[in-house]
Amino acid sequence: MDAELHELSAGFALDALEPEQRDAFERHLAGCPECQEELASFWEVAGALAVAADSAAPSPELRDRILADARGEKQTVVSLDSGRRVSPGLAAVTAVAAAVAIGLGIYAVSLNNDLDSTRLALSAQGSAAALLADSSATSVALQSGTGRLVVGDGGAAVLVLNDLPAAPSGKTYQAWIVDGEMSVSAGTFTSTNDQAVVPIPQAVPDGAVVAVTIEQSGGASSPTLPPLAASEPV
Amino acid sequence: MFFPSSAVVALVDTPVTWSMRKHLAHLSDEALVALVARGDDSALAELYDRVGRVAYGLAFRVLRDDRLAEDAVQDAFLAVWRTAAAFRAERAKVSTWILTLVHRRAVDVVRREERRRAEPLDDTTRVAATSESAEDAAWLGFERDRVKEALRQLPDAQREAIELAYYGGYSQSELAERLGLPLGTIKSRMFAGLARLRELLDDGAEEGSWTLNFTN
Repeated sequence: MDAELHELSAGFALDALEPEQRDAFERHLAGCPECQEELASFWEVAGALAVAADSAAPSPELRDRILADARGEKQTVVSLDSGRRVSPGLAAVTAVAAAVAIGLGIYAVSLNNDLDSTRLALSAQGSAAALLADSSATSVALQSGTGRLVVGDGGAAVLVLNDLPAAPSGKTYQAWIVDGEMSVSAGTFTSTNDQAVVPIPQAVPDGAVVAVTIEQSGGASSPTLPPLAASEPV
Repeated sequence: MFFPSSAVVALVDTPVTWSMRKHLAHLSDEALVALVARGDDSALAELYDRVGRVAYGLAFRVLRDDRLAEDAVQDAFLAVWRTAAAFRAERAKVSTWILTLVHRRAVDVVRREERRRAEPLDDTTRVAATSESAEDAAWLGFERDRVKEALRQLPDAQREAIELAYYGGYSQSELAERLGLPLGTIKSRMFAGLARLRELLDDGAEEGSWTLNFTN
């Protein structure tokens, strides 16, 4: 472990790093379980500092504004930027939100301690984060299952599934692009803590559906069971 | 477990009644985030009721402006609304996640606007009129005192580095320049200070009020 990089965990938790150092630390973090552990506990300390920050109270209207904003986006098929007033920097904070979520999610993929698969999973999650944070992306509801399909320019897509228990031993989840009668595999994936964020490796054509089945480990060449989850047509 | 979509829609569309709010009050923060990920705005409201006060205090401390502080909190909660599905709860508390979002947003704004440079850096906590329950107020007050006491026990140089960074929004490089110290010294002070603070808070958490255990 690089001691100098390790020390950056404190500055990272306090948001006190310059952008280059923040990037360097994030890259290091992906392969360093010690730093992941350290950062998690430093984030908790920062949370304690937040409690002691100031006793000032927000106006009661703030709560109403937040809920009005959220309800403004609540549709079954919603553009993530459906004409609402976007405050300056909102796209940036959304990107940060995704990055922080993914950052915390590093634990899930690093448990096996396999650097290559960790990096692979991180880079897949990284592109998923970018798409989830893209204000021009469209959110497509699922017709079965819980979650959503987020579709960006050119059919790039990420399937987000909630309430998906880990696949039983010997089984795997597999995503499919279903276009008319054609089903093309979009790869196998696992669920961690009942959630899965699945970047779809191919473009999803207009009118196609993204579906999920459970298959034997290694995956199948075509779906062998009815889907557990499926999106509305894109 | 998968629910038919109709069941999900029914859940989402349930009017927010008092009994539902009461029901949400018994859910863990993680369960609320899962509901938020499904588009349940009453779950978002409950999260705001739990974390919003501290979130605002943090944003206000950094930004020193109530309008900017409210904007930072609003942006952060909207980000929670949009990205709840991507949140991984196994190793971090929901409140920590939300406060991290608020802090990053506030620091971004303060660095861009050069707002805090002339502000006093000592503790200028003001008491505000609030509608929070006496119980919440007592808990917050207790925690605040405990954290401040832990901060007081840090060596001055470490406390200064942490407070200027976290409450003042200064980067390590800015601090090195401002204090006329090598960057390496600032990094070491921040690391040592945060590690010491973690110990102090941990020791004081025997009674179980502040916990480093991740929830659930």
